Amino acid sequence: MEEIKPQLIKITFDGIEVEVEPGTTIMQAARKIAEADESQAALVPPAMCFYKPLSASGGKCRACLVRVAQGSAKDPRPMPKLVPSCITQVQEGMVVENTTNQNVLDTRKSIVEFLLINHPLDCPICDQAGECHLQDFAFEHGSAKTRYEEERRTFDKIDIGPHVQLHMTRCILCYRCVYTADQITNKRVHGVMNRGDASEISTYIEKAIDNDFSGNVIDVCPVGALTDKTFRFKNRVWFTKPEDAHRDCDKCSGKVTLWYRGDEVIRVTARKNTWGEVNDFICNTCRFDKKKTSDWVLEGPSKVKRSSVISANKYRADLVKKPDFALKLASTQFKPIDDSRPYTTDEETIRHQSIENNDKANHRSLLAKNN
Amino acid sequence: MARKILTEHINVPGIETFDVYRKQGGYTAVEKAIKTMTPEAVVEEAKKSGVRGRGGAGFPMGMKWGFLAKPEGVPRYLVCNADESEPGTFKDHHLMKSIPHLLIEGMIISSFALGANKSFIYVRGELMYVIRILEKAIEEAKAKGFLGKNILGSGYDLELVVQPGGGAYICGEETALLESLEGKRGNPRNKPPFPAVKGLYQSPTVVNNVESIANMSWIINNGGDAYAAIGIGRSTGTKLISASGHIQKPGVYEIELGVSVEEFLNSDEYCGGIRKGHHLKALVAGGSSVPILPANLIMKTAAGEDRLMSYESLSDGGFATGTMLGSGGFIVFDETACIVRNTWNFSRFYHHESCGQCSPCREGTGWMEKVLHRIEHGHGSMHDIDLLVDISKKIEGNTICPLGDAAAWPVASAIRHFRDEFMWHITNPQEASQPGAVYQGEMALV
Repeated sequence: MEEIKPQLIKITFDGIEVEVEPGTTIMQAARKIAEADESQAALVPPAMCFYKPLSASGGKCRACLVRVAQGSAKDPRPMPKLVPSCITQVQEGMVVENTTNQNVLDTRKSIVEFLLINHPLDCPICDQAGECHLQDFAFEHGSAKTRYEEERRTFDKIDIGPHVQLHMTRCILCYRCVYTADQITNKRVHGVMNRGDASEISTYIEKAIDNDFSGNVIDVCPVGALTDKTFRFKNRVWFTKPEDAHRDCDKCSGKVTLWYRGDEVIRVTARKNTWGEVNDFICNTCRFDKKKTSDWVLEGPSKVKRSSVISANKYRADLVKKPDFALKLASTQFKPIDDSRPYTTDEETIRHQSIENNDKANHRSLLAKNN
Repeated sequence: MARKILTEHINVPGIETFDVYRKQGGYTAVEKAIKTMTPEAVVEEAKKSGVRGRGGAGFPMGMKWGFLAKPEGVPRYLVCNADESEPGTFKDHHLMKSIPHLLIEGMIISSFALGANKSFIYVRGELMYVIRILEKAIEEAKAKGFLGKNILGSGYDLELVVQPGGGAYICGEETALLESLEGKRGNPRNKPPFPAVKGLYQSPTVVNNVESIANMSWIINNGGDAYAAIGIGRSTGTKLISASGHIQKPGVYEIELGVSVEEFLNSDEYCGGIRKGHHLKALVAGGSSVPILPANLIMKTAAGEDRLMSYESLSDGGFATGTMLGSGGFIVFDETACIVRNTWNFSRFYHHESCGQCSPCREGTGWMEKVLHRIEHGHGSMHDIDLLVDISKKIEGNTICPLGDAAAWPVASAIRHFRDEFMWHITNPQEASQPGAVYQGEMALV
């Protein structure tokens, strides 16, 4: 029997024509463009809540809103509102504006501002730094400052199970961990409590996430709200070296990424695709209990985008594009240091200057103490 | 006296009982529909009547019924949205407690038209006594053979269930209502798929407001064309308006659509005018979520015509000078009302009721409320006014469900029409933050 292929649908995304299968969403169509031509990767709308392996995800964060300038060839009217590209299916002749529409870019900027109201910008100390989707989203689409002056909400860190720690302060309520627990584990013991900006991810009273696939909630969290207690704050991701590896596992695919620091495996995660989404969910045994190289069959270095912070120090210096803008900025903003004093070589003069400097320092500290 | 369709018999003693309701001509429409009409013919009458959804959106009910998917072997559901909880709107409550059989009769006719064998009335949880009234009425109708198996010997079965809601405003949004009805957290669903394709338990479902459904008995008895002859233009029929605020006679009134706002506000048949010795300052025509209008604009449209109580006239082509009929929550403010305090109060409500699923609504409603709180309590700055406008613009149209719009419109419209009052609050913080302090500047009073 000859396989009958479905008729492809042609749409225009930011001026680029692409043919996709019926039922494809606008975001998947954009990803298809980026897969064909890596230089177009910036066209793909950002996704904070959409996660392809999880059904029913998407449509919540509103980060991926795009304008549909033409609904379809049959009905060329534009859609009245911006639509979430992650859940809106394409139609023949649809024209989508993403980076080419100022309203979309302005809205995206405001979504960053909304998300950062209750997500602290603590990238320098957050365990997710370098792997944070919100960090990338804010860097690419956001504004450097916020207009929010009110008090932000804070929470204590809590252990939800032996391996996972939740810090709600950083949670952006994308619901990914809820869907993960709902869809790939037997017992879901956590969900969303309360309403509005008082919503929070929580376990049922005195319950902990202790099933075999609980660790996957860490991988799907786009920010640093759910972290791996065995790795948490042990290292920075740009100091580690990811290697693909596998093992025979009776619970999961056993295909993982091992994160090395020197010869030591300091973290095991599921493998992710270009869009930061897990290819195969892995079990807790693989993730938390197998941290020796001898447990694994190594496949070679993981593919990491050169633009990613994870690739830092992993390329030859001549291949790394130097950030010359920083040097240019420094040269324009900072005064050249005028240190044209002659060198002193006379020991007596040096000793004399040293005694004077010590006296000044003692005087300053005395003043400070008295004050 | 204006024509009455829903409230004609509402004051008859004992009308909440089956026997009295039947004596007043009740359930004749059920007999007519089930015995003499096909479901398609009932849908056709609804289409002819032009009756529009009375929950606020105003979408033609017959057209909505026409969208219902009819796959083989899959049940269809009718859900009555009785989760009324918008500040200023209380007409469904009045209808259900006073004349419950009107709703039940409408439910039977509508369910028959849609081919639903199990229908739900989702009532706000706080209205427990109304739930009991409805349940009692259902028992009576069932005992008389109008509900249950083989209704009036026609072979048509219908089970009617009254479901108490959890008391969340968001559960009045149709998809959140369906989630709640399924026993889940009442979060709105992304659309599409629309409930007409995948609704309750993933089956085709129609969600209609109490008042919309209650109209069906009159429409079947008198014909869709007769209903369409009432009202004005595409705003056909009558509408229940719940009037509150600084008026002589607050209450629920049935108006023929097309009555002028001035007549509704000032005539003795309806509101009886503003409180004695006071002047109209502002008016919210369709519940707290619709834009507020100052006195001059609520009486005349931008084109200078008399403003009418109809979907078209009130909207007036846009929000710069218009508002919406919405759910018919007519809230009147005289010059003693502080617009800033009122806007903060509305905003407080929407902040509290946002489900928190999507980022603009979750974070934006809280942000607006906090800025308004600051202004009202004498800590605002001029920059805050533009900030509020900007936040409301970023929420509007960017959320999963219309709660975001409902939170944004009152704020944006209050600033659009009463910017002076916001500025006064900021420039005179000590005076403005006193209890009962009201701006006494230039206002277009009627």
